[in-house]
Amino acid sequence: MKYIDEFRRRDLARQLSSAIKKTVDPEKHYNLMEFCGGHTHAIFRYGVQKLMPDNVSYIHGPGCPVCVLPVGRIDNALQLVNEHDVTLCTYGDLMRVPASGLNSLLRAKARGADIRMVYSAMDALNIARENPEKEVVFFAIGFETTTPPTALIIKQAQAEQIKNFTVFCNHVLTPPAMRSILGEPENSGQDRIVIDGFLGPSHVSTIIGSRPYEVFAEQFYKPIVIAGFEPLDVMQASLMLIRQINEGRHDVENEYTRAVSRNGNRKAQALVAEVLELRPEFEWRGLGMVPKSALKIRSEYAEFDAEKHFNMPPVHSSDVKGCECPQILRGVKKPTDCQLFGTICTPENPMGACMVSSEGACAAYWTYGRLS
Amino acid sequence: MNKKRFPVRLNIRNNVIDMTHGSGGRAMAQLIEELFVKHLDNDLLRQANDQAAFNVPGGRMVMSTDGHVISPLFFPGGDIGSLSVHGTINDVAMSGARPLYLSAGFILEEGFPLSELEKIVASMAEASATAGVPVVTGDTKVVEKGKGDGIFITTTGVGMVPEGVQISGDRALPGDAILISGTIGDHGVAIMSSRENLEFETSIQSDSAALHTLVADMVTAVPDIHCLRDPTRGGLATTLNELAQQSSVGMILDENRIPVNPSVTAACELLGLDPLYVANEGKLVCICAREYSQSLLSIMQAHPLGHNAAVIGEVTDDPNGFVQMQTRFGGSRIVDWLSGEQLPRIC
Repeated sequence: MKYIDEFRRRDLARQLSSAIKKTVDPEKHYNLMEFCGGHTHAIFRYGVQKLMPDNVSYIHGPGCPVCVLPVGRIDNALQLVNEHDVTLCTYGDLMRVPASGLNSLLRAKARGADIRMVYSAMDALNIARENPEKEVVFFAIGFETTTPPTALIIKQAQAEQIKNFTVFCNHVLTPPAMRSILGEPENSGQDRIVIDGFLGPSHVSTIIGSRPYEVFAEQFYKPIVIAGFEPLDVMQASLMLIRQINEGRHDVENEYTRAVSRNGNRKAQALVAEVLELRPEFEWRGLGMVPKSALKIRSEYAEFDAEKHFNMPPVHSSDVKGCECPQILRGVKKPTDCQLFGTICTPENPMGACMVSSEGACAAYWTYGRLS
Repeated sequence: MNKKRFPVRLNIRNNVIDMTHGSGGRAMAQLIEELFVKHLDNDLLRQANDQAAFNVPGGRMVMSTDGHVISPLFFPGGDIGSLSVHGTINDVAMSGARPLYLSAGFILEEGFPLSELEKIVASMAEASATAGVPVVTGDTKVVEKGKGDGIFITTTGVGMVPEGVQISGDRALPGDAILISGTIGDHGVAIMSSRENLEFETSIQSDSAALHTLVADMVTAVPDIHCLRDPTRGGLATTLNELAQQSSVGMILDENRIPVNPSVTAACELLGLDPLYVANEGKLVCICAREYSQSLLSIMQAHPLGHNAAVIGEVTDDPNGFVQMQTRFGGSRIVDWLSGEQLPRIC
């Protein structure tokens, strides 16, 4: 496949691997946090860790949108289907995310709830158009990448005066999550796991650009390299990070130049700003309440806001007891440090959200990493 | 049978299945005669008994059953009818056996168009005639509307294992070679490409096929094949994990050698799926002693259903039963069981 195979070339991988081995300081240990689930996925699927020297470790970050959605929001969605008999449309890997009481969308579907898996936000709007007698709710999740399509269908629904369609908006923002991680005492205290640098978001950055990360590099003295999701991207960006660390620099660099610019996609940004606005705070699984970290629907589009339309209460449910997702998402613990990992929490029966998505840190560890 | 019993012929073009077609009365008899027997006709079926009686040679007999509930019913490269024939023939053949006869049980939903039923039964008939394995007995039930999904077909097959052949999932030994008969993932991608909410243009056809003649060539050449299995649901990865667990061995694969159709790779890329976990319906995995692997490979490649066959790895000594893979990229990873359903990733 053109534009893909080039970024998976074995000969280049070998060259990069030896360049990295030559560049690392053998006296140092490098802890690199790959921010996105897509990076984690690439690292495991292509066996990138095996190509890295022993003193370079990857810490899996919070960039899996399914993983960071708190239990309470899924409980809210379940309430919608149970009490209001709506047709709930959502992206595939949200289906298995555990809610309270060992419930999940998949289990609710098995008991007869009308929950549909869609591949795009537009599919959800189509379902509403085709079923005017049904109340259709799109359970919108994701980082900045999936936000513009949600904004677009809300505008479309308004333009077409579609009356049976609302959006349950759970879109979250990357920079506040990064700030939350960097601002944690675990990362500055004595037992800290030092994050020496970040592989910055790939798809997210195509929308927001590389500029929003500059403040972190400046304030927290951490180098950030925006990295694509192909294995060579991850390796090249790791090399760039290692060079910065060696040189004591903390700049925002962009490895993913074929898709990311400094300013990002202005059209998409404008669209999102027109339809959505900042929430004062939002709960993240693993990070708790994070100020200004999520978006809600603007009052001009209130008729398409499921939270207002159904008068949804804020539900706060705590995560499963003993689950170390919070620490794992912050990079303070490894999946294998969790008592539940591999015992009662497995991909077949996920407890914490990190086990749910194939790119969640625990699922990836379970699937690909048990030998290493 | 006396055709005058049904003065008005079944209106296949316009009518649908109703509850009388499963009631055991005249309507059911007419459906059987004018649709099922018409297409699947053979001496045993025509006897119209509740069972088929036949002679078998002495030796080891195998029996296998498989339910088919696929959606959509018709897909590029096949339909539920041909699939229900191929699936059970393959399950029988994976013991090394020569499949002899099939039975078919139909569960039909009230309201299902007779025209579609006829298309499916005609396709079964063609698949069964091509394979030389007749459907000799069957059963029809009708469920109320909403209690089925159009049509479900369960087929059972019997076959005879040639003398000296002892194929079983627990016989893989460290050092054995692992072979695959062709490209992986074609069936699953063909199905996905025709699902209602996911139509995308692809030239990929399902690989649905009866593999018993390929198996016959293989066991004739190498009677001491250790394991054979068709990697259907869960794909190659899941099948290899099953075999590794049954035999208490590990496996090491070479990703470079696993044949994947470029369109399948592209579709999987787009959907966020891994071809190793995508279903096949016309492929087999074979495990044999290393010294036989090259001769077996040539035999497979000489057969039309095995011309893309390849040796993809070897069995290792690992009581944990890990299946590992050298990636094309140059790294290595574990290839685990499929967990749950393969769900597309959000980003």
